[in-house]
Amino acid sequence: MYEILAKEDLAPVTKLYDVHAPAVASKAKAGQFVIIRLHEEGERIPLTIADYDRERGTITLVVQEVGKTTMEMGTMQTGDHLASLTGPLGIPSEIENWGTVLCVGGGVGIAPIYPIARDLKEAGNTVISIIGARNKDLLFWEEKMRSISDELIVCTDDGSYGRKALVTIPMKELLESERAIKHIWAIGPAIMMKFCALTTQPFGVPTIVSLNSIMVDGTGMCGACRVEVGGQTRFVCVDGPEFDAHEVDWDQLLARQRIYPDQEKRAVEEWQHDCQCGSN
Amino acid sequence: MSEAIKAMPKHERMKLPRQEMPVQDPTARGRNYDEVALGFEDETALLEALRCLQCKRPQCVEGCPVGVDIPRFIERVVAGDMPGAARSLKADNNLPAICGRVCPQETQCEAVCVMGKKHEPVAIGRLERYVADWDLAHPSPPPDAPSSSGYKVAVIGCGPAGLTCAGDLARYGHQVTIFESLHAPGGVLIYGIPEFRLPKHIVHAEVDYVRSLGVEIRMDTVIGKIYTLDELLNEQGYDAVFMGTGAGLPMFMHIPGENYNGVYSANEFLTRVNLMKAYLFPDWDTPVKVGKRVAVVGAGNVAMDSARCALRLGADEVHIVYRRSHEEVPARAEEVHHAKEEGIVFDFLTNPIEIYGDEKGWVSGMRCIRMKLGEPDASGRRRPLPIEGSEFDMDMDMVVMALGTRPNPIVFTESGGLERTRWGTVVADEDTGKTTKDRVWAGGDIVTGAATVISAMGAGKRAAADIDRFLHGETVEEGEAEAVAAAG
Repeated sequence: MYEILAKEDLAPVTKLYDVHAPAVASKAKAGQFVIIRLHEEGERIPLTIADYDRERGTITLVVQEVGKTTMEMGTMQTGDHLASLTGPLGIPSEIENWGTVLCVGGGVGIAPIYPIARDLKEAGNTVISIIGARNKDLLFWEEKMRSISDELIVCTDDGSYGRKALVTIPMKELLESERAIKHIWAIGPAIMMKFCALTTQPFGVPTIVSLNSIMVDGTGMCGACRVEVGGQTRFVCVDGPEFDAHEVDWDQLLARQRIYPDQEKRAVEEWQHDCQCGSN
Repeated sequence: MSEAIKAMPKHERMKLPRQEMPVQDPTARGRNYDEVALGFEDETALLEALRCLQCKRPQCVEGCPVGVDIPRFIERVVAGDMPGAARSLKADNNLPAICGRVCPQETQCEAVCVMGKKHEPVAIGRLERYVADWDLAHPSPPPDAPSSSGYKVAVIGCGPAGLTCAGDLARYGHQVTIFESLHAPGGVLIYGIPEFRLPKHIVHAEVDYVRSLGVEIRMDTVIGKIYTLDELLNEQGYDAVFMGTGAGLPMFMHIPGENYNGVYSANEFLTRVNLMKAYLFPDWDTPVKVGKRVAVVGAGNVAMDSARCALRLGADEVHIVYRRSHEEVPARAEEVHHAKEEGIVFDFLTNPIEIYGDEKGWVSGMRCIRMKLGEPDASGRRRPLPIEGSEFDMDMDMVVMALGTRPNPIVFTESGGLERTRWGTVVADEDTGKTTKDRVWAGGDIVTGAATVISAMGAGKRAAADIDRFLHGETVEEGEAEAVAAAG
């Protein structure tokens, strides 16, 4: 059992959890993920590691409530326990001194981009970061990102905070400028990553994305997460989760994220119904 | 049962018919998850036990990959000594209730039973299950713990090979920890084999028995990620390691359309259904989407399990699509028989060449080609060859690929000195399981590629014996153990 040692609301449906998992924390690296399960009847879901504290033995997970499991997790409190937590899984980010790098986090993707940007900074890179969200309420970790970036651009789709723009707009401007960006990481919803890939492709700058596929075991056993990259079927869990953005079959990825829409809807409805009955 | 029958002369006992296993009605069971085979009653078990001729040199023991003394436990059944039968069986086999259910007895012990020459072989598997189930219903205290050897052994993987190896090592007096990557112990017994063929309470009970021998099981621990093999040996203080991680990597056909939604690997489909209990959705959280017309590609036990799960989850029509003929079907005879009874359609000499999808990215059909059998190939089976111009289409809204599996390479991170074959399996001595890496043994599917539960158990057993010899070998010469410990 893995105890939640701290919980924080980052945005209306985005919550942070520090979970006690010393062995995982001791090995975790930027870019990796864990698979968690809330309770005995729970499903296994992948969550990217947003941070880790080797001394406290904790890993930080930032979770957006998009379905039954993440909503139910939102009702858990400090002192509650996750039934299982497996990791660190996947291949860590390739941290090197590339020169000038660009790190882009969209929505809940701000969380996983943070440790990558931090490690790139520590490796000696000049780090330019862009964080964006639909509106001001959904933004988080601005100061945390600023502290490890040489330059930070903040934008919202609706202009309620920072610059009114999609993240791809400042990305394009930077690529057109004299900044000599050598490497780019972009993490966020699949559709955002697809458009980031399309934005950087004409400039030929290597762009890495972290794919958020449906998974079960997370160790290469089931193949639920498979997606074509460069014309070859790859497993996101063991071959990724990071891939060359310009090689990903985005339409296939987007389709494979929508295998269970009816079941997801039903699970949420039944869970909300049970909650209301339970609170009466 | 009267004493008169027990006192029957041998030639009379030989005339007793092989006792049939009672099963659930095929129509009813096609829609439920309850166990199909119901098990012998006391009466039928005794009649079947009486058929055993108590050979002086029993062939059946030779035919068993773990060398169970079969006549000995059957003799105890005849004597009415069930505790004795259970003790006898469990002295040789840590997981008898599982073996009695999933072993391919027809190619092992029963294949060489002398009764089979003129009559039907003794139903050894059914008797094994009978004794093991009696034992589970009448729990006895675990055998006395042997004195501790002071040695620590890590077992990677909590499937049949690992559980058997760990149980035997604990009985030898070693301190054993099993590392399991999933959240539940049992490996393929828990994620792969369905409830209706191997009820999970049986697996839990057998795992509990191994725990009662003193074995610690650590879940959620992926060796190769959280600890590497070298770290287990050098930093975590294990004197020896047994690798029993099986063959968990699914194979695909690499044909167009294989990534459409609705195409599952058998591993994914069975894991969702069995381990994650998707058949209880939404009470359990994991979903699975089963089509109305389902094709399962392949004809091994995993294919039969997939087909029968799809049927139970509400499919109207389920096809087994296999490129060879009925003769070459690798599944256990009983599973094929049960699948046919339940209405699974078998399309032999048929091979998919493309999968079609609809505009939403969902499977809509399969293009197949008819096959014929040519000369025998390396496996000794006749090679399937496509018949040109015989392509045809099948409407399908779900496809399960049950083509076999390979070892998962995750465990090989930082495992210098461990030799592997070009198929990704570990090179290990057949008699001992010793690998090319110092203090590392391996057994089961990780060595052989996808095979049976019982062969993995046999390998686990042989490796445990060799690890024990190795550990005690170190203690024979004084001072050597300290030297080894210091080097470790």
